[in-house]
Amino acid sequence: MSVTTLRPRTAVARPSRWGRLARAVADALVLAQRHLRHIPRNPELLVFATIQPVMFVVLFRYVFGGAINVTGTTYVNYLMPGIFVQTVTFGAMMTGIGLAQDVHQGLVDRFRSLPMARSAVLTGRILADMVLNAFVVAVMLAVGLLVGFRPQAGVGGWIGGLALLLAVSFTFSWIAATIGLSVRTVEAVQSAGFIWLFPVTFVSSAFVPTSTMPAWLRVVAEHQPFTITVNAARGFFLRGSAGAEGWQALAWCLALLAVFIPLAIAAYRRRTAA
Amino acid sequence: MTQARTMILAEGLEKRYGDRPALRGLDLTVDEGTILGLLGPNGAGKTTAVRIFATLLKPDAGRAEVAGFDVVAQADALRAHIGLTGQYAALDEYLTGFENLEMVGRLYHLPRARARRRATELLERFDLVEAGGRLVKTYSGGMRRRLDLAASLVAEPPVLFLDEPTTGLDPRSRMVVWQMVRELVAGGTTVLLTTQYLEEADQLADRIAVIDGGRVIAAGTPDELKARVGGARLEVTVARAADLEAAARLLRPYGDGSLHVDREQRRVVVPAADGPGLLAAVVRELDAAAIHVDDLGLHRPTLDDVFLALTGHVARSAEAEGPEAAPMPMRRRGRRDEA
Repeated sequence: MSVTTLRPRTAVARPSRWGRLARAVADALVLAQRHLRHIPRNPELLVFATIQPVMFVVLFRYVFGGAINVTGTTYVNYLMPGIFVQTVTFGAMMTGIGLAQDVHQGLVDRFRSLPMARSAVLTGRILADMVLNAFVVAVMLAVGLLVGFRPQAGVGGWIGGLALLLAVSFTFSWIAATIGLSVRTVEAVQSAGFIWLFPVTFVSSAFVPTSTMPAWLRVVAEHQPFTITVNAARGFFLRGSAGAEGWQALAWCLALLAVFIPLAIAAYRRRTAA
Repeated sequence: MTQARTMILAEGLEKRYGDRPALRGLDLTVDEGTILGLLGPNGAGKTTAVRIFATLLKPDAGRAEVAGFDVVAQADALRAHIGLTGQYAALDEYLTGFENLEMVGRLYHLPRARARRRATELLERFDLVEAGGRLVKTYSGGMRRRLDLAASLVAEPPVLFLDEPTTGLDPRSRMVVWQMVRELVAGGTTVLLTTQYLEEADQLADRIAVIDGGRVIAAGTPDELKARVGGARLEVTVARAADLEAAARLLRPYGDGSLHVDREQRRVVVPAADGPGLLAAVVRELDAAAIHVDDLGLHRPTLDDVFLALTGHVARSAEAEGPEAAPMPMRRRGRRDEA
């Protein structure tokens, strides 16, 4: 067979001269915009993301709170940083559901046939979920102030606390992405994404001081990353600085990212290679 | 005549899913500015071939080039030069038609203003201006297909892959899509189209490759493929069995000498040159001989006949599921063994 193929007749799409990284960032922003446009058109997303943490605030502030003793501050001050961290972890699970839906609908096939950075399918989604999470945290902050939350942080504490929440959102989105791209159906992602979060968030210092737990459970609760992160958030919002626990929380995020970014990418490749 | 340039080339493509072979040595070429119809039943390997050409899938063996780029080694560069419309509309339901096209334009790295201009142009061209501001989830099946096709044209790619572009469409929408594909090819685009619809390949394709079991079993123009099954046939069904002999005597000169009489059906079949005026002449002669006719017609073989002759089995259409699903009686007349 004669092989007389040709060179392209025109440079149709003005191949960009930017570096690969700039292209990847630009593509991620385009896809993040896509996801953010969904939110006002699909308001259930936002309602569900907000109702659950509001329920937790009301429940713990007014139902359980009276029976829980904390030292050094009021229970509502103790509770709210835990609620913030829990809110962004649960919110980050949306990443997994969204990715599972994209893969299911065949939209990812179109994306993969375009000259875009393949990473943008993941990073664009995660970026948008961070924006959504930031919005929900703002709502929770307002709810907290209404029920008596009185943070004592200076500018540094606020910046540190919010940066920590965004880092947690980013990290847990990668875990959610790994789950969402590994589980076969969207429905399965919905349960697999959340079920493990309940023990992780409750066997921690988020809602009650660990000192009342049985000794064996206390060891787990005090050393697991969720507790460390909640304690760091408390430090930022209530005292203006998180000290060693701030760095430990950051180290946990980096360690989890080092594991789950490669896992999520591998799951994405496996899922889209057929 | 200048040598046409090859825009799509496959040599010995192989692909397996586990231990199930999907492609077993697929070879094909498509010249610039033409449409190749890749025709075959479900599971023949059509979609696998398209996914390899569109860089979504890597072949296990063999090689493929599109627009001069190797689909594996130069996949990144190639993607700027192809458009793909898959079997299912790949659109975002919660974006408007305009936003979908704009997003695709941005992902081809068009500047924002140009991506918007292009989206507007395409909405006009695909008769979606009014729907352009509405969310895609409110669109009908035909509108989604049109928008999906528009999305694959955002970067004016020189090569377009259409995987069963009209599956599930009503006849009117199908005609609209066909018309758009014809216009694109008139403008110089090269198209590879997969279809299960024989009529679609016949209507659109310059050349057809019949694929079965993961390889091409026949290729040529629609007319060439039909010629392999035999030429046109003149078929006359008389009203009274007593007239059969007279009709046969009268029709014999119109054929090439051979003639088939089916007494049960009261039918005479003659291989006939497809000449203009043939039918009129036959009608006049039969009338003059006072032979009453129930049915009379000139039948060209359809691609159904081609497929059956080549593969030994009937091409499944979307609506025919079981193994008993035979072609329509009208079409069955075209079988080679009756001629």
